[in-house]
Amino acid sequence: MQSTPLYQQHEALGARFTEFGGWTMPVQYSSIIEEHHTVRFRAGLFDLSHMGEVAVQGPQALEVVQQLITNDASRLRDGQVLYTPVCLPSGGILDDILVYRLGKESFLLVVNAANTAKDWQWIREVNSGRAVLENQSAATGLLALQGPKSADVLAELTPFDLDLLYYYECVQTDVAGVTILLSRTGYTGEDGFEIYVPVEKLQRLWHAIYEVLVRNQGLPVGLGARDTLRLEMGYALYGNELSESITPLEAGLAWTVAFHKPSFIGHEKLRQQAVAGVMRRLTGFEMVERGIARSHYPVYIGEKRVGEVTSGAPSPSLDKNIGMAYLPVSYRQPGNELEVEIHRRRRKATVVKIPFHPSSVRRRSHAI
Amino acid sequence: MYPEELRYAKSHEWTRVDGNVATIGITFHAQDEIQEVVYVELPEVGSIFTKGEEFGVIESVKAAFDLYAPISGEVVAINEGLEEHPEWINESPYEDGWMLQIQMSDPVELEDLMDAEAYRQMLDSGESL
Repeated sequence: MQSTPLYQQHEALGARFTEFGGWTMPVQYSSIIEEHHTVRFRAGLFDLSHMGEVAVQGPQALEVVQQLITNDASRLRDGQVLYTPVCLPSGGILDDILVYRLGKESFLLVVNAANTAKDWQWIREVNSGRAVLENQSAATGLLALQGPKSADVLAELTPFDLDLLYYYECVQTDVAGVTILLSRTGYTGEDGFEIYVPVEKLQRLWHAIYEVLVRNQGLPVGLGARDTLRLEMGYALYGNELSESITPLEAGLAWTVAFHKPSFIGHEKLRQQAVAGVMRRLTGFEMVERGIARSHYPVYIGEKRVGEVTSGAPSPSLDKNIGMAYLPVSYRQPGNELEVEIHRRRRKATVVKIPFHPSSVRRRSHAI
Repeated sequence: MYPEELRYAKSHEWTRVDGNVATIGITFHAQDEIQEVVYVELPEVGSIFTKGEEFGVIESVKAAFDLYAPISGEVVAINEGLEEHPEWINESPYEDGWMLQIQMSDPVELEDLMDAEAYRQMLDSGESL
Protein backbone atom coordinates (compact mmCIF):
# COMPACT_ATOMS: atom_id res chain seq x y z
CA MET A 1 0.00 0.00 0.00
CA GLN A 2 1.34 3.44 -0.95
CA SER A 3 0.79 6.68 0.92
CA THR A 4 1.43 10.30 -0.05
CA PRO A 5 4.16 12.48 1.51
CA LEU A 6 1.39 14.21 3.48
CA TYR A 7 0.37 11.10 5.43
CA GLN A 8 1.68 12.43 8.75
CA GLN A 9 -0.02 15.80 8.27
CA HIS A 10 -3.31 14.01 7.65
CA GLU A 11 -2.81 11.86 10.72
CA ALA A 12 -2.03 14.93 12.85
CA LEU A 13 -5.27 16.51 11.58
CA GLY A 14 -7.22 13.50 12.86
CA ALA A 15 -7.85 11.89 9.48
CA ARG A 16 -9.41 8.47 9.15
CA PHE A 17 -7.93 6.55 6.27
CA THR A 18 -9.25 4.26 3.56
CA GLU A 19 -7.71 2.13 0.85
CA PHE A 20 -8.23 3.57 -2.64
CA GLY A 21 -6.59 2.31 -5.79
CA GLY A 22 -3.65 0.84 -3.90
CA TRP A 23 -3.21 3.96 -1.76
CA THR A 24 -3.95 4.78 1.86
CA MET A 25 -5.82 8.07 1.63
CA PRO A 26 -7.77 10.27 4.07
CA VAL A 27 -11.47 9.44 3.87
CA GLN A 28 -12.47 12.18 6.32
CA TYR A 29 -10.92 14.55 8.84
CA SER A 30 -13.90 15.84 10.82
CA SER A 31 -17.16 14.77 9.21
CA ILE A 32 -18.00 13.84 5.63
CA ILE A 33 -21.17 15.93 5.75
CA GLU A 34 -19.42 18.98 7.21
CA GLU A 35 -16.56 18.69 4.72
CA HIS A 36 -19.09 18.38 1.87
CA HIS A 37 -20.92 21.57 2.88
CA THR A 38 -17.63 23.38 3.42
CA VAL A 39 -16.75 22.76 -0.24
CA ARG A 40 -20.20 23.86 -1.44
CA PHE A 41 -20.20 27.06 0.65
CA ARG A 42 -16.57 27.96 1.44
CA ALA A 43 -13.41 26.06 0.47
CA GLY A 44 -11.84 22.67 0.99
CA LEU A 45 -8.32 21.35 0.48
CA PHE A 46 -7.73 17.85 -0.89
CA ASP A 47 -4.51 15.82 -1.14
CA LEU A 48 -4.77 14.03 -4.50
CA SER A 49 -1.14 13.07 -4.79
CA HIS A 50 -2.14 9.50 -5.56
CA MET A 51 -3.16 10.56 -9.08
CA GLY A 52 -0.74 9.70 -11.90
CA GLU A 53 0.97 12.11 -14.31
CA VAL A 54 2.53 11.20 -17.66
CA ALA A 55 4.39 13.77 -19.78
CA VAL A 56 4.23 13.37 -23.58
CA GLN A 57 6.69 15.56 -25.45
CA GLY A 58 8.33 16.07 -28.80
CA PRO A 59 7.34 16.80 -32.42
CA GLN A 60 5.04 13.76 -32.49
CA ALA A 61 3.47 14.34 -29.06
CA LEU A 62 0.15 15.62 -30.41
CA GLU A 63 -0.12 12.76 -32.87
CA VAL A 64 0.38 10.21 -30.05
CA VAL A 65 -2.09 11.94 -27.74
CA GLN A 66 -4.68 12.11 -30.55
CA GLN A 67 -4.35 8.39 -31.14
CA LEU A 68 -4.72 7.62 -27.43
CA ILE A 69 -7.76 9.73 -26.63
CA THR A 70 -11.31 9.92 -27.99
CA ASN A 71 -11.62 13.70 -27.55
CA ASP A 72 -9.81 16.20 -29.79
CA ALA A 73 -6.58 17.63 -28.37
CA SER A 74 -5.88 19.53 -31.60
CA ARG A 75 -8.49 22.06 -30.43
CA LEU A 76 -6.32 22.94 -27.42
CA ARG A 77 -4.18 26.05 -27.23
CA ASP A 78 -1.29 26.35 -24.81
CA GLY A 79 -2.75 26.59 -21.31
CA GLN A 80 -5.93 24.65 -22.01
CA VAL A 81 -7.12 21.41 -20.46
CA LEU A 82 -9.32 18.66 -21.90
CA TYR A 83 -11.31 15.87 -20.25
CA THR A 84 -11.29 12.66 -22.25
CA PRO A 85 -11.68 8.91 -22.10
CA VAL A 86 -8.86 6.66 -23.25
CA CYS A 87 -10.44 3.70 -25.02
CA LEU A 88 -9.37 0.22 -25.98
CA PRO A 89 -9.91 -0.99 -29.57
CA SER A 90 -13.15 -2.53 -28.21
CA GLY A 91 -14.45 0.94 -27.34
CA GLY A 92 -14.31 0.08 -23.63
CA ILE A 93 -12.83 2.75 -21.37
CA LEU A 94 -9.27 2.09 -20.22
CA ASP A 95 -9.30 5.28 -18.14
CA ASP A 96 -10.70 8.79 -18.06
CA ILE A 97 -8.02 11.45 -17.93
CA LEU A 98 -7.18 15.14 -18.23
CA VAL A 99 -4.92 16.35 -21.03
CA TYR A 100 -2.98 19.56 -20.35
CA ARG A 101 -1.44 21.35 -23.29
CA LEU A 102 1.64 23.00 -21.81
CA GLY A 103 3.19 23.79 -25.16
CA LYS A 104 2.90 22.93 -28.84
CA GLU A 105 4.98 19.81 -28.27
CA SER A 106 4.32 19.28 -24.58
CA PHE A 107 1.31 17.56 -23.04
CA LEU A 108 0.63 16.30 -19.54
CA LEU A 109 -1.81 13.41 -19.04
CA VAL A 110 -3.35 13.11 -15.58
CA VAL A 111 -4.65 9.62 -14.89
CA ASN A 112 -6.50 7.78 -12.13
CA ALA A 113 -4.33 6.39 -9.33
CA ALA A 114 -5.60 2.84 -9.68
CA ASN A 115 -4.95 2.93 -13.44
CA THR A 116 -1.51 4.53 -13.47
CA ALA A 117 0.43 1.31 -14.03
CA LYS A 118 -1.80 -0.06 -16.81
CA ASP A 119 -2.08 3.36 -18.47
CA TRP A 120 1.68 3.78 -18.46
CA GLN A 121 2.10 0.41 -20.11
CA TRP A 122 -0.60 1.18 -22.67
CA ILE A 123 0.76 4.64 -23.48
CA ARG A 124 4.25 3.25 -24.06
CA GLU A 125 2.88 0.53 -26.30
CA VAL A 126 0.81 2.96 -28.40
CA ASN A 127 3.64 5.47 -28.52
CA SER A 128 6.17 2.92 -29.80
CA GLY A 129 9.06 5.34 -29.64
CA ARG A 130 7.49 8.37 -31.32
CA ALA A 131 7.16 10.89 -28.47
CA VAL A 132 9.31 11.27 -25.38
CA LEU A 133 7.38 9.82 -22.45
CA GLU A 134 7.98 10.34 -18.76
CA ASN A 135 6.01 8.84 -15.90
CA GLN A 136 6.12 11.71 -13.41
CA SER A 137 3.63 10.18 -10.97
CA ALA A 138 6.07 9.52 -8.14
CA ALA A 139 7.70 12.94 -8.46
CA THR A 140 4.45 14.91 -8.62
CA GLY A 141 2.17 15.93 -5.78
CA LEU A 142 -1.35 17.21 -6.41
CA LEU A 143 -3.55 19.38 -4.22
CA ALA A 144 -7.08 20.50 -5.04
CA LEU A 145 -8.59 23.63 -3.57
CA GLN A 146 -12.34 23.60 -4.23
CA GLY A 147 -15.26 25.81 -3.32
CA PRO A 148 -16.56 29.35 -3.88
CA LYS A 149 -13.88 30.84 -1.61
CA SER A 150 -10.95 28.99 -3.15
CA ALA A 151 -9.97 31.92 -5.39
CA ASP A 152 -9.87 34.23 -2.34
CA VAL A 153 -7.65 31.75 -0.52
CA LEU A 154 -5.31 31.25 -3.43
CA ALA A 155 -5.12 34.99 -4.24
CA GLU A 156 -3.33 35.50 -0.92
CA LEU A 157 -0.60 33.12 -2.01
CA THR A 158 0.06 33.83 -5.68
CA PRO A 159 1.14 36.85 -7.75
CA PHE A 160 -0.92 35.50 -10.66
CA ASP A 161 -4.20 37.31 -11.43
CA LEU A 162 -6.71 34.48 -11.01
CA ASP A 163 -9.36 36.45 -12.90
CA LEU A 164 -7.43 35.53 -16.04
CA LEU A 165 -7.88 31.82 -15.46
CA TYR A 166 -11.17 30.17 -16.42
CA TYR A 167 -12.53 26.64 -16.11
CA TYR A 168 -10.28 24.09 -17.83
CA GLU A 169 -7.38 26.49 -18.26
CA CYS A 170 -3.90 26.13 -16.76
CA VAL A 171 -0.83 28.22 -16.13
CA GLN A 172 2.63 27.76 -14.70
CA THR A 173 3.03 30.17 -11.78
CA ASP A 174 4.07 30.47 -8.13
CA VAL A 175 2.00 29.64 -5.07
CA ALA A 176 3.60 30.32 -1.68
CA GLY A 177 6.90 30.81 -3.45
CA VAL A 178 6.77 27.39 -5.05
CA THR A 179 6.70 27.03 -8.83
CA ILE A 180 3.68 24.92 -9.71
CA LEU A 181 1.24 24.07 -12.47
CA LEU A 182 -2.14 25.57 -11.65
CA SER A 183 -5.42 24.71 -13.36
CA ARG A 184 -8.99 25.81 -12.79
CA THR A 185 -10.34 22.29 -12.70
CA GLY A 186 -11.90 19.91 -10.20
CA TYR A 187 -14.29 17.12 -9.44
CA THR A 188 -16.80 18.86 -7.18
CA GLY A 189 -18.90 21.11 -9.44
CA GLU A 190 -17.64 24.17 -7.56
CA ASP A 191 -15.17 26.78 -8.68
CA GLY A 192 -11.71 25.63 -7.72
CA PHE A 193 -8.15 24.77 -8.60
CA GLU A 194 -5.81 21.86 -8.93
CA ILE A 195 -2.13 22.42 -8.18
CA TYR A 196 0.65 20.14 -9.42
CA VAL A 197 3.81 20.44 -7.38
CA PRO A 198 7.14 18.58 -7.13
CA VAL A 199 6.80 16.15 -4.19
CA GLU A 200 9.69 17.71 -2.30
CA LYS A 201 7.71 20.99 -2.14
CA LEU A 202 4.36 19.36 -1.35
CA GLN A 203 4.49 19.77 2.43
CA ARG A 204 5.49 23.42 2.20
CA LEU A 205 2.63 24.11 -0.20
CA TRP A 206 0.08 22.20 1.90
CA HIS A 207 1.00 24.14 5.03
CA ALA A 208 0.89 27.51 3.28
CA ILE A 209 -2.55 26.86 1.77
CA TYR A 210 -3.88 25.22 4.94
CA GLU A 211 -2.99 28.27 7.01
CA VAL A 212 -4.92 30.66 4.74
CA LEU A 213 -7.72 28.13 4.31
CA VAL A 214 -8.56 27.86 8.02
CA ARG A 215 -8.59 31.65 8.34
CA ASN A 216 -11.30 31.56 5.65
CA GLN A 217 -13.33 28.90 7.49
CA GLY A 218 -12.17 26.21 5.10
CA LEU A 219 -11.33 22.61 5.95
CA PRO A 220 -9.21 19.75 4.71
CA VAL A 221 -11.48 17.32 2.86
CA GLY A 222 -11.17 13.57 2.40
CA LEU A 223 -12.25 11.11 -0.26
CA GLY A 224 -15.61 10.58 1.48
CA ALA A 225 -16.86 14.08 0.66
CA ARG A 226 -15.05 14.01 -2.68
CA ASP A 227 -17.31 11.10 -3.57
CA THR A 228 -20.60 12.74 -2.47
CA LEU A 229 -19.61 16.00 -4.19
CA ARG A 230 -18.86 14.29 -7.51
CA LEU A 231 -21.94 12.07 -7.28
CA GLU A 232 -24.21 15.13 -6.89
CA MET A 233 -22.69 16.42 -10.14
CA GLY A 234 -23.26 13.09 -11.89
CA TYR A 235 -19.53 12.83 -12.59
CA ALA A 236 -18.42 9.32 -13.45
CA LEU A 237 -15.86 7.57 -11.25
CA TYR A 238 -13.57 5.03 -12.85
CA GLY A 239 -14.26 1.62 -11.30
CA ASN A 240 -17.90 2.56 -10.58
CA GLU A 241 -19.46 4.15 -13.68
CA LEU A 242 -16.54 3.54 -16.01
CA SER A 243 -14.72 0.33 -16.89
CA GLU A 244 -13.23 -1.54 -19.80
CA SER A 245 -16.67 -3.02 -20.56
CA ILE A 246 -18.42 0.37 -20.72
CA THR A 247 -18.10 2.75 -23.67
CA PRO A 248 -18.12 6.57 -23.51
CA LEU A 249 -21.41 6.58 -25.42
CA GLU A 250 -23.05 4.47 -22.75
CA ALA A 251 -21.53 6.58 -19.98
CA GLY A 252 -23.07 9.83 -21.27
CA LEU A 253 -19.68 10.97 -22.55
CA ALA A 254 -20.59 11.21 -26.26
CA TRP A 255 -19.45 14.85 -26.09
CA THR A 256 -15.91 13.57 -25.49
CA VAL A 257 -15.83 11.38 -28.60
CA ALA A 258 -14.51 13.33 -31.59
CA PHE A 259 -15.74 11.21 -34.50
CA HIS A 260 -14.44 13.87 -36.90
CA LYS A 261 -10.85 12.91 -36.04
CA PRO A 262 -9.38 10.70 -38.80
CA SER A 263 -8.63 7.95 -36.32
CA PHE A 264 -8.11 7.11 -32.69
CA ILE A 265 -8.12 3.88 -30.73
CA GLY A 266 -11.70 2.64 -30.41
CA HIS A 267 -12.95 4.80 -33.30
CA GLU A 268 -14.36 1.93 -35.34
CA LYS A 269 -16.27 0.22 -32.52
CA LEU A 270 -17.60 3.49 -31.17
CA ARG A 271 -18.79 4.54 -34.64
CA GLN A 272 -20.57 1.22 -35.03
CA GLN A 273 -22.21 1.69 -31.65
CA ALA A 274 -23.18 5.26 -32.49
CA VAL A 275 -24.84 4.07 -35.71
CA ALA A 276 -26.57 1.07 -34.13
CA GLY A 277 -27.52 3.05 -31.03
CA VAL A 278 -26.59 2.26 -27.46
CA MET A 279 -28.71 -0.17 -25.45
CA ARG A 280 -28.03 1.30 -22.02
CA ARG A 281 -27.12 4.71 -20.72
CA LEU A 282 -25.92 6.02 -17.41
CA THR A 283 -28.97 7.42 -15.61
CA GLY A 284 -29.60 9.26 -12.37
CA PHE A 285 -32.25 8.31 -9.86
CA GLU A 286 -33.43 9.34 -6.44
CA MET A 287 -35.01 7.13 -3.84
CA VAL A 288 -38.72 7.58 -3.24
CA GLU A 289 -39.01 5.04 -0.45
CA ARG A 290 -36.64 4.90 2.51
CA GLY A 291 -33.23 3.33 1.95
CA ILE A 292 -29.82 4.20 0.60
CA ALA A 293 -28.86 2.65 -2.75
CA ARG A 294 -25.23 1.57 -2.88
CA SER A 295 -22.86 0.35 -5.56
CA HIS A 296 -23.83 -3.11 -6.97
CA TYR A 297 -27.38 -3.17 -5.55
CA PRO A 298 -29.75 -4.68 -8.17
CA VAL A 299 -32.08 -2.38 -10.12
CA TYR A 300 -35.51 -3.50 -11.38
CA ILE A 301 -38.06 -2.14 -13.80
CA GLY A 302 -41.23 -3.98 -12.91
CA GLU A 303 -40.23 -7.62 -12.47
CA LYS A 304 -37.22 -7.36 -14.71
CA ARG A 305 -33.75 -6.95 -13.31
CA VAL A 306 -32.17 -4.36 -15.62
CA GLY A 307 -28.84 -3.69 -14.00
CA GLU A 308 -27.18 -2.51 -10.86
CA VAL A 309 -26.38 0.68 -9.04
CA THR A 310 -22.96 2.08 -10.00
CA SER A 311 -22.80 4.67 -7.22
CA GLY A 312 -25.28 5.66 -4.54
CA ALA A 313 -25.23 7.70 -1.36
CA PRO A 314 -27.17 10.16 0.74
CA SER A 315 -26.76 13.58 -0.89
CA PRO A 316 -25.82 16.15 1.76
CA SER A 317 -26.76 19.10 -0.49
CA LEU A 318 -30.14 17.73 -1.57
CA ASP A 319 -30.98 15.81 1.59
CA LYS A 320 -32.14 12.90 -0.59
CA ASN A 321 -30.74 9.47 -1.33
CA ILE A 322 -29.42 9.51 -4.88
CA GLY A 323 -27.63 7.17 -7.24
CA MET A 324 -26.71 6.25 -10.79
CA ALA A 325 -27.27 3.09 -12.82
CA TYR A 326 -27.11 1.91 -16.42
CA LEU A 327 -30.71 1.72 -17.68
CA PRO A 328 -32.24 0.81 -21.05
CA VAL A 329 -32.18 3.97 -23.18
CA SER A 330 -35.95 3.82 -23.68
CA TYR A 331 -36.47 4.13 -19.94
CA ARG A 332 -34.50 7.26 -19.12
CA GLN A 333 -37.29 9.87 -18.95
CA PRO A 334 -37.32 11.69 -15.62
CA GLY A 335 -40.23 10.55 -13.50
CA ASN A 336 -40.08 6.92 -14.62
CA GLU A 337 -40.32 4.47 -11.76
CA LEU A 338 -37.76 1.86 -10.91
CA GLU A 339 -36.89 -0.21 -7.90
CA VAL A 340 -33.62 -0.80 -6.10
CA GLU A 341 -33.14 -3.90 -4.00
CA ILE A 342 -31.83 -2.67 -0.67
CA HIS A 343 -31.28 -5.14 2.16
CA ARG A 344 -33.37 -7.82 0.42
CA ARG A 345 -36.36 -5.54 -0.20
CA ARG A 346 -37.20 -3.67 -3.38
CA ARG A 347 -37.76 0.03 -2.82
CA LYS A 348 -39.19 2.61 -5.18
CA ALA A 349 -36.98 5.15 -6.89
CA THR A 350 -37.56 7.58 -9.73
CA VAL A 351 -35.44 8.62 -12.70
CA VAL A 352 -34.08 12.17 -12.39
CA LYS A 353 -31.83 14.33 -14.54
CA ILE A 354 -28.08 14.48 -14.06
CA PRO A 355 -26.56 16.61 -12.58
CA PHE A 356 -28.51 16.27 -9.38
CA HIS A 357 -27.04 19.57 -8.19
CA PRO A 358 -26.24 22.60 -10.43
CA SER A 359 -22.63 23.34 -11.30
CA SER A 360 -20.97 26.60 -10.24
CA VAL A 361 -17.76 26.43 -12.25
CA ARG A 362 -16.25 29.58 -13.76
CA ARG A 363 -16.62 29.10 -17.50
CA ARG A 364 -15.21 31.48 -20.09
CA SER A 365 -18.33 32.83 -21.74
CA HIS A 366 -16.89 32.92 -25.25
CA ALA A 367 -13.85 31.71 -27.10
CA ILE A 368 -10.92 34.07 -27.41
CA MET B 1 -17.64 4.40 27.53
CA TYR B 2 -18.74 0.87 28.37
CA PRO B 3 -21.24 0.92 31.26
CA GLU B 4 -20.75 -1.91 33.78
CA GLU B 5 -24.44 -2.80 33.98
CA LEU B 6 -24.66 -3.71 30.27
CA ARG B 7 -23.87 -6.95 28.47
CA TYR B 8 -22.00 -6.89 25.17
CA ALA B 9 -22.04 -8.99 22.01
CA LYS B 10 -19.01 -9.64 19.79
CA SER B 11 -20.90 -7.86 17.02
CA HIS B 12 -20.88 -4.67 19.17
CA GLU B 13 -24.50 -4.55 20.36
CA TRP B 14 -25.19 -3.83 24.01
CA THR B 15 -28.05 -5.29 26.04
CA ARG B 16 -29.67 -3.79 29.14
CA VAL B 17 -31.88 -6.26 31.04
CA ASP B 18 -34.94 -5.26 32.98
CA GLY B 19 -36.98 -8.26 34.12
CA ASN B 20 -37.67 -10.25 30.99
CA VAL B 21 -37.15 -7.36 28.59
CA ALA B 22 -33.81 -6.58 26.99
CA THR B 23 -33.09 -3.13 25.56
CA ILE B 24 -30.59 -3.19 22.69
CA GLY B 25 -28.34 -0.66 21.01
CA ILE B 26 -24.82 -0.40 19.63
CA THR B 27 -21.71 0.42 21.61
CA PHE B 28 -19.65 3.58 21.75
CA HIS B 29 -16.97 1.78 19.77
CA ALA B 30 -19.40 0.74 17.01
CA GLN B 31 -20.86 4.23 16.53
CA ASP B 32 -17.34 5.68 16.55
CA GLU B 33 -16.23 3.28 13.82
CA ILE B 34 -19.34 3.98 11.73
CA GLN B 35 -19.09 7.75 12.35
CA GLU B 36 -22.05 9.92 11.38
CA VAL B 37 -25.13 7.73 11.32
CA VAL B 38 -27.52 9.03 8.65
CA TYR B 39 -29.99 6.16 8.40
CA VAL B 40 -31.35 3.40 10.61
CA GLU B 41 -33.68 0.60 9.64
CA LEU B 42 -35.37 -1.28 12.46
CA PRO B 43 -37.82 -4.23 12.40
CA GLU B 44 -41.51 -3.95 13.17
CA VAL B 45 -42.87 -4.53 16.63
CA GLY B 46 -43.93 -8.18 16.82
CA SER B 47 -40.99 -9.47 14.75
CA ILE B 48 -39.26 -12.49 16.21
CA PHE B 49 -35.50 -12.97 16.13
CA THR B 50 -33.17 -15.68 17.21
CA LYS B 51 -29.83 -14.82 18.68
CA GLY B 52 -27.30 -13.83 16.03
CA GLU B 53 -29.95 -13.05 13.41
CA GLU B 54 -29.82 -9.76 11.52
CA PHE B 55 -32.45 -7.38 12.86
CA GLY B 56 -31.67 -4.16 11.02
CA VAL B 57 -29.21 -1.88 9.29
CA ILE B 58 -27.40 1.27 10.26
CA GLU B 59 -25.74 3.48 7.66
CA SER B 60 -23.22 6.29 7.42
CA VAL B 61 -22.67 8.44 4.33
CA LYS B 62 -20.19 5.87 3.10
CA ALA B 63 -21.40 2.42 4.13
CA ALA B 64 -24.07 0.13 5.58
CA PHE B 65 -23.58 -2.04 8.67
CA ASP B 66 -25.78 -4.97 9.69
CA LEU B 67 -27.20 -5.21 13.19
CA TYR B 68 -27.48 -8.59 14.93
CA ALA B 69 -29.81 -9.67 17.71
CA PRO B 70 -27.70 -10.40 20.80
CA ILE B 71 -30.59 -12.38 22.27
CA SER B 72 -33.65 -14.32 21.04
CA GLY B 73 -37.20 -13.07 21.45
CA GLU B 74 -40.00 -10.84 20.21
CA VAL B 75 -39.62 -7.14 19.50
CA VAL B 76 -41.95 -5.28 21.86
CA ALA B 77 -40.77 -1.74 21.14
CA ILE B 78 -38.54 0.15 18.72
CA ASN B 79 -37.04 3.62 19.09
CA GLU B 80 -39.15 5.47 16.53
CA GLY B 81 -37.27 8.71 17.13
CA LEU B 82 -34.25 7.33 15.31
CA GLU B 83 -35.95 7.64 11.92
CA GLU B 84 -35.87 11.43 12.26
CA HIS B 85 -32.80 11.55 14.49
CA PRO B 86 -30.28 8.89 13.52
CA GLU B 87 -27.60 11.15 15.03
CA TRP B 88 -28.83 10.14 18.50
CA ILE B 89 -26.87 6.93 18.01
CA ASN B 90 -23.64 8.95 17.87
CA GLU B 91 -24.62 11.48 20.49
CA SER B 92 -26.03 9.06 23.05
CA PRO B 93 -25.39 5.42 22.14
CA TYR B 94 -26.58 4.01 25.49
CA GLU B 95 -29.61 6.25 26.15
CA ASP B 96 -31.35 8.21 23.35
CA GLY B 97 -29.75 5.93 20.76
CA TRP B 98 -31.34 2.68 21.96
CA MET B 99 -32.87 0.65 19.13
CA LEU B 100 -35.08 -2.22 20.28
CA GLN B 101 -36.72 -3.83 23.23
CA ILE B 102 -37.00 -7.58 23.04
CA GLN B 103 -39.12 -9.83 25.21
CA MET B 104 -36.55 -12.57 25.81
CA SER B 105 -37.56 -16.12 24.97
CA ASP B 106 -34.44 -17.66 26.48
CA PRO B 107 -32.76 -15.44 29.09
CA VAL B 108 -30.08 -18.10 29.65
CA GLU B 109 -28.52 -16.73 26.43
CA LEU B 110 -27.43 -13.69 28.43
CA GLU B 111 -24.62 -15.83 29.78
CA ASP B 112 -23.07 -15.90 26.32
CA LEU B 113 -22.67 -12.11 26.31
CA MET B 114 -19.61 -10.31 27.67
CA ASP B 115 -19.40 -8.00 30.64
CA ALA B 116 -17.84 -4.55 30.17
CA GLU B 117 -14.39 -5.76 31.16
CA ALA B 118 -14.40 -8.63 28.67
CA TYR B 119 -15.70 -6.33 25.91
CA ARG B 120 -12.98 -3.78 26.59
CA GLN B 121 -10.42 -6.56 26.42
CA MET B 122 -11.81 -7.71 23.09
CA LEU B 123 -11.49 -4.16 21.72
CA ASP B 124 -7.96 -3.84 23.06
CA SER B 125 -7.02 -7.05 21.28
CA GLY B 126 -7.82 -5.27 18.02
CA GLU B 127 -11.23 -6.66 17.07
CA SER B 128 -13.00 -4.11 14.89
CA LEU B 129 -16.17 -4.00 12.80
